[in-house]
Amino acid sequence: MSSTAAAAATAAIPSIPRDDDGPVFRAPWEAHAFAMALTLHDRGVFTWPEWAAALASEIKRAQVAGDPDTGETYYLHWLATLEGLVARKGVASLETLHRYRDAWDHAADRTPHGKPIELRPEDFAR
Amino acid sequence: MSEHHHHHDHDHSELSETELRVRALETILTEKGYVEPAALDAIIQAYETRIGPHNGARVVAKAWTDPAFKQALLEDGSKAIGTLGHVSRVGDHLVVVENTPQRHNMVVCTLCSCYPWEMLGLPPVWYKAAPYRSRAVKDPRGVLADFGVQVARDMEIRVWDSTAETRFLVLPIRPDGTDGWSEEQLAELVTRDSMIGTGFPKTPGAPS
Repeated sequence: MSSTAAAAATAAIPSIPRDDDGPVFRAPWEAHAFAMALTLHDRGVFTWPEWAAALASEIKRAQVAGDPDTGETYYLHWLATLEGLVARKGVASLETLHRYRDAWDHAADRTPHGKPIELRPEDFAR
Repeated sequence: MSEHHHHHDHDHSELSETELRVRALETILTEKGYVEPAALDAIIQAYETRIGPHNGARVVAKAWTDPAFKQALLEDGSKAIGTLGHVSRVGDHLVVVENTPQRHNMVVCTLCSCYPWEMLGLPPVWYKAAPYRSRAVKDPRGVLADFGVQVARDMEIRVWDSTAETRFLVLPIRPDGTDGWSEEQLAELVTRDSMIGTGFPKTPGAPS
């Protein structure tokens, strides 16, 4: 799917940071967040207008809370939008998201440097 | 060059708050069948040249044109790069290893947060595969051949295993036919693969 789907996304969401050749990312995780939104859209979880509205309100909320709005935080808002929509659409609750976040934190803690970080069932144990 | 291998008991991997959230989402979406990791990787790979500041190419190009900088870079990579105002943080311990006609260097890494993407751009997807890593250590010549990289039989191949404390950047050999080129022109020839030792810089005049 990717190139046409990405073109549709960048057309539908004019705020996506880009240059003449398409989207640009400041860090690898930003590309992951972008790719996840692309995939969920492709699976029909949301439409681009729906995404654009959710992202706009997320950005507005961040600005009210003092976000410097320099473009450096764009994908943080993107990620928050993704989490919000995933929760609202019943894919996974915010509570579940937090549980997995904590599990990954635990996995990183017990993984020595230089080894791949992998999530294991015991990472969920409290 | 001295090798630095510090091992601390308290050493563990670090993921930033944002990385944790991204991984949490990816895991959940994968478990629920919304995303396939391979499909996600394919999208991300399509953008591999468009992620991060790609400082490494500029650093390599400068080393090719400025012998004093090259000397400083080989002595202390992080410090030398720190003197370039326009280059962002590279971590405390970046070691630059120089390819020579006698020795080819290759870096393996297991892709935790220690991979210096600010320098190199996005890692290739095969990089995180365990089979690649173990084979690279045992049979680097064979792995390089798989990538279409032929290293002369009498040339030594050194494999560097990246850790969080010590990260590596390969300084490739400057391509022939680039006399008088500017840093900017030279930087265009520096590929990510040439900086991890699984490829060479582009050749002048070859289609990119």
